[in-house]
Amino acid sequence: MTAPLLSFDRVTYRYPGVDAPALSEVTIEIQPGEFCLLAGLSGHGKSTLLRAACGLVPHFHGGRFAGRVTLAGLDTREYGPARLGAFVGVLFQDPETQLVMSTVRAELALALESRGHSAASVARGVEEVALALGIDSLLDRSTHDLSGGEKQRVALGAALAGRPALVLLDEPTSQLDPVAGDELIGLLRRLNQEWETTIVLAEHRLERCLAACDRVIALQGGRVRSDGDPQAFLQWAGRQAPALQTPAAKLISLAGLHPAPTGVRQARATLRANGLLPEVMPPNPVDRPEAKRHRAAKSTAAALEMNGVWHELRRGPAILRGVTLRLAPGESVALMGRNGAGKSTLLRHAAGLLEPTRGRVQRAGRVALLLQNPGDYFIHERVAEETSAEALAAVGLGEMAERNPRDLSGGERQRLALAIVAGAGERPAVLALDEPTRGMDRDAKAELARQLRRRADEGQAVIVATHDPEFAAACATRAVLLADGRVIADGTASELLAGGWYFATETARILGGAGGALLPEQGVELLRVRTALEVVA
Amino acid sequence: MKGALLFYRRMASPLHATRAGVGALWLAALSVAIILMYHPLVLLALLAAVLCAGAGAGVGRLLARSMRTGAIVWLPIVVVNVLVSRDGLTVFARLGDLGPFGQGNLTLEAVVFGAVIALKVMLLILITTLGSLAVDPDETLRILRRLSFRSALTASLATRMIPVLGADAQRLAEAQRTRPQGPPRGARGRVALLRAVIGGSLDRAMDVAATLEVRGFATARRAPRLARPWSRHDIAFLASAIAIVGLALVGRLAGAVRFDAYPEVHAPIGAGTIVLCVAFLAAVLLPFGDRRGIDG
Repeated sequence: MTAPLLSFDRVTYRYPGVDAPALSEVTIEIQPGEFCLLAGLSGHGKSTLLRAACGLVPHFHGGRFAGRVTLAGLDTREYGPARLGAFVGVLFQDPETQLVMSTVRAELALALESRGHSAASVARGVEEVALALGIDSLLDRSTHDLSGGEKQRVALGAALAGRPALVLLDEPTSQLDPVAGDELIGLLRRLNQEWETTIVLAEHRLERCLAACDRVIALQGGRVRSDGDPQAFLQWAGRQAPALQTPAAKLISLAGLHPAPTGVRQARATLRANGLLPEVMPPNPVDRPEAKRHRAAKSTAAALEMNGVWHELRRGPAILRGVTLRLAPGESVALMGRNGAGKSTLLRHAAGLLEPTRGRVQRAGRVALLLQNPGDYFIHERVAEETSAEALAAVGLGEMAERNPRDLSGGERQRLALAIVAGAGERPAVLALDEPTRGMDRDAKAELARQLRRRADEGQAVIVATHDPEFAAACATRAVLLADGRVIADGTASELLAGGWYFATETARILGGAGGALLPEQGVELLRVRTALEVVA
Repeated sequence: MKGALLFYRRMASPLHATRAGVGALWLAALSVAIILMYHPLVLLALLAAVLCAGAGAGVGRLLARSMRTGAIVWLPIVVVNVLVSRDGLTVFARLGDLGPFGQGNLTLEAVVFGAVIALKVMLLILITTLGSLAVDPDETLRILRRLSFRSALTASLATRMIPVLGADAQRLAEAQRTRPQGPPRGARGRVALLRAVIGGSLDRAMDVAATLEVRGFATARRAPRLARPWSRHDIAFLASAIAIVGLALVGRLAGAVRFDAYPEVHAPIGAGTIVLCVAFLAAVLLPFGDRRGIDG
């Protein structure tokens, strides 16, 4: 057994002015070359653990710290983050706050220059990390002009430029679309396998990275509750923390099968071994012509109607290209597509924040728009001052009226922002939400999906831009796929989210889209029907 | 928001292709010439040269916009000079006795001198704008980091954060517009909004500080000297800078650009003045003629 690269020995930590510990008696050892995934609900200590590993806790954040963290043999109580930075690269959630220079080349060079590398070593380090991450074509681009995915790659490049032995990542895919998110995880796996870089990754969407990692450490209330390989974690989650179960594991567990799968391939293998899945998967249902376009019922008056809406920049490309979309009252629609496809712009047009350069938008009433960052809505010190008691009660925050909005959890903040935009009294005809689940754990997403379904049942039209197919399946009956400012597919959620790889739920990918089953509960029903039919036959 | 702010973007132009040190030196040479020259014709020639240089660098439109915005600077200069100057002889309006300020006589000479000073200020604004648009700030600050790492990095950070904080403010304003009652009104509402903006900026500053901390800011050392071969554009702009300063000094010493505003306007236009104007135009614009070896 080699010496651990990172070790926590009975670490307990409290943030300044907070009595409850963020980490409690944490003892773990991470060996060189491991790929570790940190799992846990929001506020249970994942980010704090990462910050303790790189010395930001306690040097940067202050607070009360007990126990011992050593990184490459250095005690973090004695060495600050700057010194430890020679061994560790850190990637936080928001790429915008991690780019400090104007060009990509200067950004990658900064960490090397500040550590006193020679000019030749800096130049070589920049070229190598750019090639390794596939960002060499961006080197002379301005950091202002990069997309979210590109920014996150450049920030990762800056963290890796000094070739640190350990890379810590805090929900790096939360702001990325499914394609960019998968690319980033693939990249981390390659770094881990080819450079033997040790990776510690905190992530909510476990299904995205479980198959890539060697070990999962689960935190609950700041304590390590499970530490083992992915299958051991899934077994523990099935018993102790269902909110952390991946859709694949839930499907297999509901079907009463073993072992818990870490990804689509394992899940299919288990189903095949039990005769529940054909050896050769049938053609993908996305190829069915009826999945291409949805015709909203025209018998009722539309809550929102967009006719040939264009949004053309004065000196730039067209962001929306003739979008035609009709939402009926009580309809819930998931709007999906890559970063930059035009989802946010479409919602801004729906709410009247932007005027189409061509085309027309008609609204049956007010369109309440919830933008991406709920914190942007909070301007008061008390929740009660932000909106009416009636609106707070409608989102289940009536008990929190005296709290400071900024002290709420991620899910509660989102619900408060929803209460602010939805308001009280006159009910909005349409509720539009722009990526409301960023950084949310599964419990908070489920609660939000319930709220949206209830509003749709009450007759409001709901449209949600999201990158999360599971959330889309839980809250929407219809899905619209945007690409390059155009609607490229419009159909029922069970048609659209059952086909393809990126814009499909994990359950649908396992079952090959069969029966339009999107969620584990629907998937297991389908399997039961199949089994029953086979028994009858 | 991006469109409203002027910041560096790498483009395919000779000035962008020149090393930042030489680019900054070239702009400094132009500034020296502007400071030394007072003759309106020469200043107009320099204005034409700077605008054409902006077009050659692919930022002509932004430079023209900067010139229009600059009206808030040059117009008051002219007005104030006309109101306070008492040296001219050609009176075009009499405001009567202004008590302790004496006779309020507005003179043509004060208008001309005010316009010349305003033109010089305008030119310096354009030079600064051209520099911020076409000279790589990271490379410039890298040179300065060799002298003072933290000051230069702080400046770099501020440059980078201006558009980011601008985008934050725009996002916050947009979020407030989506409230059913619209953005908060009244003094109390505005104070609350301002507090939210400042709070958001501080949160972001904390995140950036954490990033810098783990990248070794606290133990940072001097940036290494980069050995980089001199390109044809580096040489051309360096030669141009020398020529611009040389022309300004020669023009000044030879008296070819004599200009007196008071007591009466005296701005002779001789062969020397014309030659100097043409020479300035050539010295400034010739480096833009060679576009070999330029990439985007």
